[in-house]
Amino acid sequence: MSRQPRSYKDLPLAPITYEDTREAFKTGSWRTFKPVVDNSRCKKCWICWKFCPDMSIRILEDGTGVEIDYDHCKGCGICATECPARCIEMVPED
Amino acid sequence: MAKKLINGNYAAAFGAKLARAEVIAAYPITPQTAVVEQVADFVASGEMKARYVCVESEHSAMAACIAAASAGARTFTATSSQGLLLMHELLHWATGARTPVVMVNVNRAVAPPWSVWADQTDSISQRDTGWMQFYSESTQEELDTVIMSYKVGESPDIMLPSFTTEDAFFLSHTFEPVEIPSQELVDGFLPPFRPEIRLDVENPRGFGSLSMPHQWYMELRYLIAEAMDRARERILRVEQEWKELTGRSYGGPLDEYRTEDADVVLMNAGTAASTIREVVDNLRREGKRVGLARIRCFRPFPTEEIRALGRRVHTIGVMDRCYTFGDGGPFFTEVKSALYNLKDRPAVKNFVVGIGGRDITMKTVGKLYDNLFRIKAGGLDSEKEWIDLKRPEVG
Repeated sequence: MSRQPRSYKDLPLAPITYEDTREAFKTGSWRTFKPVVDNSRCKKCWICWKFCPDMSIRILEDGTGVEIDYDHCKGCGICATECPARCIEMVPED
Repeated sequence: MAKKLINGNYAAAFGAKLARAEVIAAYPITPQTAVVEQVADFVASGEMKARYVCVESEHSAMAACIAAASAGARTFTATSSQGLLLMHELLHWATGARTPVVMVNVNRAVAPPWSVWADQTDSISQRDTGWMQFYSESTQEELDTVIMSYKVGESPDIMLPSFTTEDAFFLSHTFEPVEIPSQELVDGFLPPFRPEIRLDVENPRGFGSLSMPHQWYMELRYLIAEAMDRARERILRVEQEWKELTGRSYGGPLDEYRTEDADVVLMNAGTAASTIREVVDNLRREGKRVGLARIRCFRPFPTEEIRALGRRVHTIGVMDRCYTFGDGGPFFTEVKSALYNLKDRPAVKNFVVGIGGRDITMKTVGKLYDNLFRIKAGGLDSEKEWIDLKRPEVG
């Protein structure tokens, strides 16, 4: 199976992808507001991480807070709404 | 082979058992419930080795079948009317994901008012989902078609879902002697399901995915269109193979009866065909050249077969046990459309009959043939007519 089909004859039967689609589809440019985290006030409850519908919040390895994957975050603002510590702010994109 | 006295619902369950369906999604609805109840008995007794999933809705039933088929399992479910309508979204999904799910739909009227009786509006409403649709006339045909539809749908170059229908009660609850093929025979006919693309932890892939307009959505839809066109030929070939093993076949996608020299022909899908056959025989004894063409397969539509018939008959009446509001009977509109590019077209009239399970009697059918002969003599009186409708008395 060629990675780069040229016509319908090169396609697999069903719509499948052979690689991590996150690499192929960067959706960060869809954003009009971006979440900005103040980890100094983060309570480490990871509610933002659980609620993020795009798996665009990563827990820092040292457990001191979270970071946003701006390549894929679409700026929905669910994390900012759900954060009990109010430490995520939605900031307009430039 | 052994003969058993069973109804259409049990025949469908025997079909699933003999096909060795591996995952069953079950949600009850009248008049289908006996299908999944009989399968439950088979699984509980150990006669059938399958995972029996009790789901919370028909929508979930189809989701379970799609997921199981994606993992490489042969799947089966059954539904009816409102249940089929609730599945609608996932019927499209099964096609797009190319999961050859096999289902039985008992044709039941849609509410309101509530009616559990025969009407084909439920399945016809699924016309554009990309499912193959078969309409059975007899209990034996129901069993055989379930098995055949696995073979057609699972062909590596087709990979499409299909459902077989039974008219509510006329077929679902009518007992007839049915030959149950041996497991050995069916195993020889239907190889195990081994899809090329399936969920595999050793070889992870993204399923479903996303396509932008400039990418591959249109091409993937074209592949489905091609597969459905290939299914026309495959249905015929698989039926031929079945005939060689069992001696039984059902006339392909358009089952014709005494049409070879017919002047007028009635077309129908479903169980009313048996009544029509009786009327045809009676009228033939009177020397009237009448015939029946039963649409056994609605998708793929038997366009070429209908054209071949249209080239040699004068008048066609299309019976619809369903209706497209704002147009006409769906079988009628499709038959007419198939005939349009013929140079010499027969006259075609639509008879809307048996809606909500109203009985289609021999007397009813006799009136339809009388009408067709009047059309042959004097031209089309009207394009469509609701038959046996309670009308206000005139004068």
